[in-house]
Amino acid sequence: MSTARPAVSSYLHVATLLRLLAVLALVLAPHLARLPSWETAAVLAVIAWRAWAARRHFTMPSKWIRGALALAAFAAVFASYGRINGQHAGVALLVVMAALKLTEMDQRRDVMVMVFLMYFICTTHFLFSQELWTLLYLLLTTAAITTVLIESNHAGEPLPLKVTAKRGGRLVAQALPLMLLMFVLFPRVPGPIWGLPSDAGAARSGLSDRMAPGDIAGLILSDELAFRVQFDGDAPERNQLYWRGPVFWEFDGREWTEGGPVYTAPYPVQLLGESIGYEVTLEPNRTTWLFALDSIDPAQRPADSVITADGRLLTPKPVRERMLYRAVSHPRYVAQPELPDLHRRMALRLPRNRNPQAVALAAQWRQEGQSAETMVQSALSLFRNQPFFYTLNPPILEGGNPVDEFLFNTRRGFCEHYASAFTTLMRAGGVPARVVTGYQGGERNAIGGYYTVRQSDAHAWAEVWLQGQGWVRIDPTAAVAPNRVEQNLQSALAADEALPFTLRRSGMQLFTQLEARWDWVNAQWNRWVLAYGPDLQKELMSRFGIEGWRDLMLTMIVTLSAAVGVFGLIALRRAAPAQSRDAALKLWQQATQRLARDGLVQRPQEGPQRFIARVLEQRPELAESLAPLLQAYLAARYQSSNSEPGMLEALVQRFKPRRIKRG
Amino acid sequence: MRLRPVLAPVPEAHHVDGRDPFLARIGMIVLHPVRAARQRINRWVAARVSRQPGPVSIARHRIYIVPTRFGYGYGVLLLVMLAGAMNYSNSMAFALTFLLMGLGLLGMHHTHANLLNLRLRVGKTAAVFAGEQARFEVWLENPSAETRYTIALGWPDEPPGAYLDVPAEGQVLGTLLLAAPQRGWLRAPRFAVATEFPLGLLHAWTWIELDMNTVVYPAPSTQLRQPPVAAGDSGHAATNRPGVDEFVGLRAYAPGDTPRTIHWKSFAKMGLPVVKHFGETISSERVFDWAALTGLDTEARLQQLTRWVLDAEAAREPYVLALPELVLGPALGEAHQHQCLRALALYGLPGGGA
Repeated sequence: MSTARPAVSSYLHVATLLRLLAVLALVLAPHLARLPSWETAAVLAVIAWRAWAARRHFTMPSKWIRGALALAAFAAVFASYGRINGQHAGVALLVVMAALKLTEMDQRRDVMVMVFLMYFICTTHFLFSQELWTLLYLLLTTAAITTVLIESNHAGEPLPLKVTAKRGGRLVAQALPLMLLMFVLFPRVPGPIWGLPSDAGAARSGLSDRMAPGDIAGLILSDELAFRVQFDGDAPERNQLYWRGPVFWEFDGREWTEGGPVYTAPYPVQLLGESIGYEVTLEPNRTTWLFALDSIDPAQRPADSVITADGRLLTPKPVRERMLYRAVSHPRYVAQPELPDLHRRMALRLPRNRNPQAVALAAQWRQEGQSAETMVQSALSLFRNQPFFYTLNPPILEGGNPVDEFLFNTRRGFCEHYASAFTTLMRAGGVPARVVTGYQGGERNAIGGYYTVRQSDAHAWAEVWLQGQGWVRIDPTAAVAPNRVEQNLQSALAADEALPFTLRRSGMQLFTQLEARWDWVNAQWNRWVLAYGPDLQKELMSRFGIEGWRDLMLTMIVTLSAAVGVFGLIALRRAAPAQSRDAALKLWQQATQRLARDGLVQRPQEGPQRFIARVLEQRPELAESLAPLLQAYLAARYQSSNSEPGMLEALVQRFKPRRIKRG
Repeated sequence: MRLRPVLAPVPEAHHVDGRDPFLARIGMIVLHPVRAARQRINRWVAARVSRQPGPVSIARHRIYIVPTRFGYGYGVLLLVMLAGAMNYSNSMAFALTFLLMGLGLLGMHHTHANLLNLRLRVGKTAAVFAGEQARFEVWLENPSAETRYTIALGWPDEPPGAYLDVPAEGQVLGTLLLAAPQRGWLRAPRFAVATEFPLGLLHAWTWIELDMNTVVYPAPSTQLRQPPVAAGDSGHAATNRPGVDEFVGLRAYAPGDTPRTIHWKSFAKMGLPVVKHFGETISSERVFDWAALTGLDTEARLQQLTRWVLDAEAAREPYVLALPELVLGPALGEAHQHQCLRALALYGLPGGGA
């Protein structure tokens, strides 16, 4: 038991500071990997220096030095990013300023400021990643920061870490149900409210708006998820799973770009046969393409989306957040039964004087009087019968006539080589043709029954326009490597072409199963937690009969108050007199009441020990029963840890002062 | 941690710049809403705190709670985070914001519970001299199984004098220092028991007035004035001077003693001549007489007497304190000193004769 301390000073204890530095390092850890290397080094150096300075009791640098450092940090961030606002530069600035704050931190109240900064830095991390593991990061850092906050609010010597960590952990654990209530019930509004910085959201990934030889082969090495699909009924055959993306019309002899007279015209399509409904969860990719199976039903396209005349599904704004949409497609269809003249001309255009050998070959077919259909077959049989190879590592085509080089020389290529060469042949032969890129296939998740489509499923194929059939999909790659379309990439490649470990799925049962499970968990996380917004909230709440934000607000306030009230009651109980002590006191009072009948009354200022001593002066014969009773009482009341339960009760029951007196 | 003086002075409306009291009050509410709210609460509370002998248990309805400066800062931080989460439609940012909101709400209960059911008991108080600090000891008892951390004790308008951790089912001694400028009784005023633990976002406090009093002795005079001798005029300390008035005792015969003084009975028994010894009534004690200190005002007299009492105690010489209507001594020792100093402290005050 300590006596009064002097008024609490603002002195910051070294142990508190070191703990703060450790927590700061934890909070900054995921950011450091993203920052420019100079900043990571600088931040770690400042943290290390501050820890050293604390142990050696250095004085903090003067405000001139601090000001110079702050200016230098501004300049360095500007040099790295070309700006000091926006998501990346802003966070970089915040992190370096938090580190510089350490150079002036030598008081307790600075800890409070630092704690607020750390909570905020923790939030900014979620702008970059909201994966499932970040939930763990959130809970861990919040508990750690709160522990530091508790410690900074304790006067005198720092409390043992065990005590503060327990308190911090308990507070965060109790706050969890409250968080859940607010998360579900707080009325969500559709964002953004004031607009986002231009660099907000995920980095651009996936398919490009141009295609040159080697582009898709580079993409294919990425295991990154492109989207997930849940079909309403049975999924179509794998060789039907062509997810349409960018369509390329313009060709400069080497590179394909989008173009085409397609934005203003409607999408004329005759839908035939059965329909397939499905729900796509698209990962953010900062592009405007939405992916759908051919051919999409324009009448049932996702809200706010547009369909171009060549059947591309577009969204007005780049996809920065994970996006959920529904679509309906018909595997049997006739797209653009009548081809307008303008479209025909654009679908036949070839650069002048490029790839002369290919142009000559097609011209020869044409002179032979081959129809469009026959010409398609001629081209496919060329790929099939000549020694063409499907490979991830084709020779680099550096000349000015890459199609010629590929068709007549190297004959080793990936899907973009085949699609490009095929379309060139068709156009040269007078058959309207275009290149389509997108994804082919997908992997079924055994747990969730949905399909995952990854960047490694990226593909390029061709479409030709045939009289009476409209635009028909032709996949020249399938002619060379049918396994690519019917099974997967790995089986289509030669045995000596090993894919990176993460892409080798077949033959590893346990790994595949675990991965499926993990992907399923992530899908649920995305579907229910990350996608939880105004729409999902409305849908979910209407199931409980809660409509409108007033009802939501009311429900939140009522349930939140109830939950806070429950924790309030727990706090009250913890603050209530301890049971052991209370019970002991009652028993003691029973005993003293029996003494009171003989006129032996405990005086208000008299402790139990002194009172018993006085009683024994007058009634020495009671010593035998009173001495152990006193011991048991003191143990139960003041050292509840080493008192024997029930002991006091037994002694008090046996204590009968009158009878002993008579006896 | 920084605990503000919890009972900010309540500026009476008409004191503020001589402005209209009503406007001044409105201005206070607008400019310093927190301070205004606290003052209102404190005025309300002041009327309800009664002086009690103790022990006093801190009851639920007697704990008041308002956010601290950091509490408001935390609120602003959460609003910014919420706006950011809405703008980016970022689920995890929502989650963190709501978790921190939950923490803030729970902090209220935890801060409140940190104070609840604490019991305060009067400890010892020692007398002091005017101009010194009086020490009032207060025992804090924690009947619960939860340790109470960083409990602040302090007078109104002053930073807390003590921060205490009260162990579970234990007690701890706190000391409140109060300036004692004047002699007489010093009553401990109302004091605050406050806490901001665990998060420092909220300030919970209550007012308690325990019946604690102490005597403040007059400040000892710093002037060096010789104490007077009560009998005789010689002005220096008396020793036993031979006299004839009063039988004092027997002593051995010395040449020059008159035969008239020889105690013959003892001479017959012991065979040695002893003489009866007579002396005048000249005590060896010092007598500090109020009446003798002419030419000084009451307080100066009391201070002078205090000085002499202390000096006599230091010299271990018995002394008499003679006040109008009260003579103490001759005696020596702590009890006597206290009695004298107390009489000096309370001289002329209502109930001071006790």
